[in-house]
Amino acid sequence: MTSDLRDLERALRRGPTQGAGDDRRAASELAQRAVREGAADIAYAMIDSPLGALLLAGTRRGLVKLAYTPQGPDPVLQALARRVSPRLIEAPGSLDEPRRQLEQYFSGERHEFELALDRRLMSPFARRVLSVTAAIPYGSASTYLDVARRAGSPRGYRAAGNALGANPIPIVIPCHRVLHRTGGLGGYGGGLERKRWLLELERGE
Amino acid sequence: MAISRSRRRDRLTPVSTAAVSLPPFQRFLDAHRAEVWRFLVASVGPSEADDCFQETFIAALRAYPRLPADSNLRAWVLTIAHHKAVDAHRARRRRPLPSEAVEGSPDAGHATARSNPGPPHAAAPAELPDGELWGAVRELPPRQRAAVLLRYLGDLSHAEAAAAIGCSEEAARRSLHEALKRLREVWRP
Repeated sequence: MTSDLRDLERALRRGPTQGAGDDRRAASELAQRAVREGAADIAYAMIDSPLGALLLAGTRRGLVKLAYTPQGPDPVLQALARRVSPRLIEAPGSLDEPRRQLEQYFSGERHEFELALDRRLMSPFARRVLSVTAAIPYGSASTYLDVARRAGSPRGYRAAGNALGANPIPIVIPCHRVLHRTGGLGGYGGGLERKRWLLELERGE
Repeated sequence: MAISRSRRRDRLTPVSTAAVSLPPFQRFLDAHRAEVWRFLVASVGPSEADDCFQETFIAALRAYPRLPADSNLRAWVLTIAHHKAVDAHRARRRRPLPSEAVEGSPDAGHATARSNPGPPHAAAPAELPDGELWGAVRELPPRQRAAVLLRYLGDLSHAEAAAAIGCSEEAARRSLHEALKRLREVWRP
């Protein structure tokens, strides 16, 4: 009698076997619907690249974040949840266009990106610095001092360096094209290896 | 004056919640999608679980940023799922019998069970070994069904299940007891 009850309770805890495993499919349909209906504020995707896994995130305004993910996506997602919105969902289809342009860039076919950008993760000063940076042509380079001067603060080259280091959309905004006046590589948020790799790619090496 | 003003400011300063923040919605979905899915399949059946699942998580997504960071997210989302399941059961009772439920078509079993407007004692679809049990669960009176599912599949406490249903803890316990009694009459392992 009591063992009967225990068996029943066990069966109830186990749940139905019907439709088992369909939750994954249902969740990915949900993500598409959430973006379509505007219930999600950020859609993101993970993509493979020659520089390792990249996280792309977009809002209704455009691409808001491109991140190298040496520690996996979670630190990036948590920062986005805190700084932009926790309504953040993995919807790879929403990022097809930036993914396509990045693939073309990595294969050397594309020299300029044509993407809408959401600049909300940049301070007003960083916006000036990064818009100057965005104008540096493919395959050429500028210096921290020059970028600071063009951004309107000739003595703020250190601050300009910080703004470049915190570039929320690297590669697309080519902060890797900014070097030391002496010819040194300077710094790079994704590590100097990646900076060197990008510069070599653009020199056609 | 100065002192009282600074005191007031202290009082208005929110308790430090900086350390606690809501996880990105995707992580919340990853953590709870399997149990919400199981809960809904058990409650409304596999063919309607999909709609309820979408409704549940879209509603959760819309409300998500307003949620206090220290909320019990599992109890919260199961409560939403419970409400969506109740809606689905109500809609099913209102739906007229289909004029041509094709006998023998793959979905005929579901179609009949789903649109049966009569008393909840019709034969349940039993495509799988445990189909009988879940058919019986689906035919329990609403509060009993909810009590069983929230407690066993949702693994909620009596108090949390009662809060989700919107009844007293005592009433939830009673419903659970009634439900188990009824299920033991129909279920053979």
